[in-house]
Amino acid sequence: MDSFKGAYPSAHAADVESGTQPKIACRQVWKLFGPDPAGFMARHGGNPSAEDCAREGYISAVRDVSLEVAAGEILIVMGLSGSGKSTLVRCLSRLIEPTAGEIDVDGVDLLGAGPRELIELRRHKMGMVFQNFALLPHRTVLENVAFPLEVQGVDKKSRRQRALEIVELVGLKGRENYYPRELSGGQQQRVGIARSLAVEPDIWFLDEPFSALDPLIRREMQDEFLRLQSMLHKTIVFITHDFDEALRLGDRIAIMYHGVVDQLGTAEELVLNPATDYVAEFTREVPRANLLSVASVMQPGESAATGGEPVRASQRISEVAPRVLAGDGPVPVVDDQAHPVGVLTRERVLDMVFGQGRGAGGDAG
Amino acid sequence: MATLAEAPAPQSVSALDFARRHGASLAVGLFLLLLLLHGLLPAWSLVPPEAWALPFATWINSFVVFLQEDLGLVVVTRGIADAVQFLLDIVRNLLTGGRRGFGLQAVPWVMLVALALIWGHYLKGWRLAALAGGTVFYLALFGQWRNAMLTLSMVFVTVPLAVLLGFGLGILAFKSRRAEQALNPLLNIMQSLPHFAYLIPVVVFFGVGQHAGALATMIFATPPMVRMTLLGLKGVPENVVEAGIMAGCTRAQLLLTVQVPAARNAIMVGVNQVIMQCLAMVVIASFIGASGLGYDLLLKLQSLRIGQALETGIAVVLIAIALDRLSQAWAEKQPLHRERRPWWQEHIHLLLAVVAVVGSLVLAHFLPEARRFPRGLTLTTAPLWDGLVDWITLNLFDALQVVRGFMLVEVLIPLRDVFLWLPWVAVVIFAGGLAWSFGGLRAAATVAGFLLFIVLSGWWERAMITSYMVFSALVICVLIGIPVGIWAASREWRFKTMQVMCDTFQTFPSFIYLIPVIMLFQVSDLTVILAVVIYSVIPSIRYTMIGLRAVPSQIVEAGLTSGCTPLQMLWKIKLPLALPTIMVGINQTILFSLFMVIIAAFIGTRDLGQEMMRALSASDTGKGLVLGFCVAFLGLTADRIIGDWSARRKRQLGLA
Repeated sequence: MDSFKGAYPSAHAADVESGTQPKIACRQVWKLFGPDPAGFMARHGGNPSAEDCAREGYISAVRDVSLEVAAGEILIVMGLSGSGKSTLVRCLSRLIEPTAGEIDVDGVDLLGAGPRELIELRRHKMGMVFQNFALLPHRTVLENVAFPLEVQGVDKKSRRQRALEIVELVGLKGRENYYPRELSGGQQQRVGIARSLAVEPDIWFLDEPFSALDPLIRREMQDEFLRLQSMLHKTIVFITHDFDEALRLGDRIAIMYHGVVDQLGTAEELVLNPATDYVAEFTREVPRANLLSVASVMQPGESAATGGEPVRASQRISEVAPRVLAGDGPVPVVDDQAHPVGVLTRERVLDMVFGQGRGAGGDAG
Repeated sequence: MATLAEAPAPQSVSALDFARRHGASLAVGLFLLLLLLHGLLPAWSLVPPEAWALPFATWINSFVVFLQEDLGLVVVTRGIADAVQFLLDIVRNLLTGGRRGFGLQAVPWVMLVALALIWGHYLKGWRLAALAGGTVFYLALFGQWRNAMLTLSMVFVTVPLAVLLGFGLGILAFKSRRAEQALNPLLNIMQSLPHFAYLIPVVVFFGVGQHAGALATMIFATPPMVRMTLLGLKGVPENVVEAGIMAGCTRAQLLLTVQVPAARNAIMVGVNQVIMQCLAMVVIASFIGASGLGYDLLLKLQSLRIGQALETGIAVVLIAIALDRLSQAWAEKQPLHRERRPWWQEHIHLLLAVVAVVGSLVLAHFLPEARRFPRGLTLTTAPLWDGLVDWITLNLFDALQVVRGFMLVEVLIPLRDVFLWLPWVAVVIFAGGLAWSFGGLRAAATVAGFLLFIVLSGWWERAMITSYMVFSALVICVLIGIPVGIWAASREWRFKTMQVMCDTFQTFPSFIYLIPVIMLFQVSDLTVILAVVIYSVIPSIRYTMIGLRAVPSQIVEAGLTSGCTPLQMLWKIKLPLALPTIMVGINQTILFSLFMVIIAAFIGTRDLGQEMMRALSASDTGKGLVLGFCVAFLGLTADRIIGDWSARRKRQLGLA
């Protein structure tokens, strides 16, 4: 991979030195479908409106998307079908060529990579899991998992060794010689996950990996996913249409609507400060007490509270709610160093959990 | 349509819209109007004048001469012919003994029986083993051995060649859009050319004999393989391809390790179709000197030795069913994981096969009867069948003669005269109008082009006779096929039984269907039409059944809760929803009928087929091909109109 890094002078050399360089960065990425997308973009100054597209028969699957994924982060791209989330992740992996925009991986221009470099990149740096598992029906579990190693010419013994390790890692020991159609959906997706991990990629794309599974199995697979990530620390772009899944798994969530990223932020930010009506609609039913921290609900300031034992600002509301609701006065809030930072009142908690409050400094006074 | 074009400009859009919406009724109306005005129409619009006939045949023939002699293609074709003959000789001599079989003696018949048993068991178990082994034993027992081995050697040579060729072309079409666009219309025409149309150019380029038969067979059997390969590769789920790309496959790796293996099922269906097409064509290739069961059958039918013909026919049918089931089982065989077992258990069938080969060779060394089935022991049931035919002639002759006479004089001949009476202008307008209203201007232009070719080829009247026979057969097929399909669709067991029957009957080479009808009705238009009906009623039944069974169960339940009686359910719910599918079946019935009408030419018809037989015996490529195109264009016209209608209707019903 060093050769890849060296091959293209980074546009963000400074970032590399400062150590804050994102793993993946995309800027103003567009994907249009139609007879002549590039010409169409050029005619409209690189920024065609939705009306322009509709009038000339173009479909804009991804519109002007800019986002960054930090190393080791789980970024969830969330949206309903047709929102462009699958197209976006395919642009990031260059399964689809974006119409316009820039994508950097480790500071290197991905769109400038030639076919050979792209193959190398996929052989060592990227892994992808698909919604319908996309296993090769004519190969056993072991052969499926070893497939990415096979195509890059790893010898038979070592790839078998490696495949056996990963098959065990995803909990399929004993099923090595089964064929995909002899496995349940959950097991098949474990094979899909194992295959995508076989080459030890840094970047892991998951395209609705659990959407085709039953709710109970889905839950189990989400736990499995978190367990793997706690061991592997990959940089992850995870596509889903299930907001609960996004909340459970994501560090940050990007909400897509009609090809546009409406808002990108932590779950808390989305719930407290939805940028658009669409995001607000989406987040309305979220169980807030589990999601929001004390810090986002408290009244900031160093006012002297009477309520005895303080709560920490980083705690979830659901953890402290029984105490706050049972007591009669405001409860003091402290940060992790035990400095007082504010107070939490009963009214605020009730308003936040059951009402339409908009968070700290909001209208609920 | 001419009147529409003259409509004033401002109204023309709405007038066109109106015409489009009622295009079908307009086409029928105009057609009827022209028939009413028959007496007033100028003579040139009734039957195409002879002076119009373009010398397509001469052009083709001079082109062939140019290719063969001026371009020296004759060297190439001779080379191909020799190569194919060489392959044929090897396989043939291996099976029946001879100089090119590496000096080996003929394969002992017991070995083939044993191998068929083992192979059948390996693929699907005891029942298939019994079918395969039993078929080979039948060939030995009924004295069909030598001819059957000749036929099989043709199949063994042509199938791999056709599969390879088709697979290669399929991949080419998959990889290059331009190749696909070039191949597609070619395949369409190839698949609607009757069998005979392949024979004539092959004779011109490659001469007569075994190798010519093999080449004609190979060319005939290749198109389905191309189509299935392409279909399979296109049908590989996009996710799977993406998974391959993300694994870091190069383009070649993607094709060979992901796409082709993932398309295996469709490709194997293609192989199965190639085998069946080869067998059907090998039988017909007897017309250009390919010996074997087909030639035997031809001789016996021509000399009206019905009993013997029937026995040979059964041999062909058994081979067809056995090969079909074996290749289907092979296609359906999916890999399964197994617990670890000792190696001899893992490879039990291979071991048994080795034992069978060695054992039978040793046995044949000491016991010649194990090599060649003793002549004295062969059975024949021919006298029985001949006796039956005699009995029928003696006792049923009068009754059958009455039926035959009535049908011919009262129904068929008048119908034929009507077809001949139709002005060609009316027919072209009718077909073009229907195509226009279902598929738009392009469809109309295509259909009109097809029919005008026939008009200008000088074979219009012959084509109308062919159409009349196809039409008569079609009417009978629909009258039989749809009720039987309705009957079969109503119960699970009937559906399953009927499906097995359809599958089985469809594997028979079309030729075979002539035997029983000749037995009953001797040679006439009625015989031909009945043979055609037996062969082509199958798709009518099958698609009626499938269409009815595919009606969504919620819709049926909605009908039930609305209080439909069973009859109302059928008329108001099931049939309308199944109609697009049924029409696909009728479309196939028409194509099957066309093929069969042409094949039936050799028992005596006066249509395009008869002319094609003449072209064959005169080795007249130009004439043969022009006739072939006439048949193909008749089929493609029906195919286009019905296909467009069916697709449109499915869209309207939201079924597509």
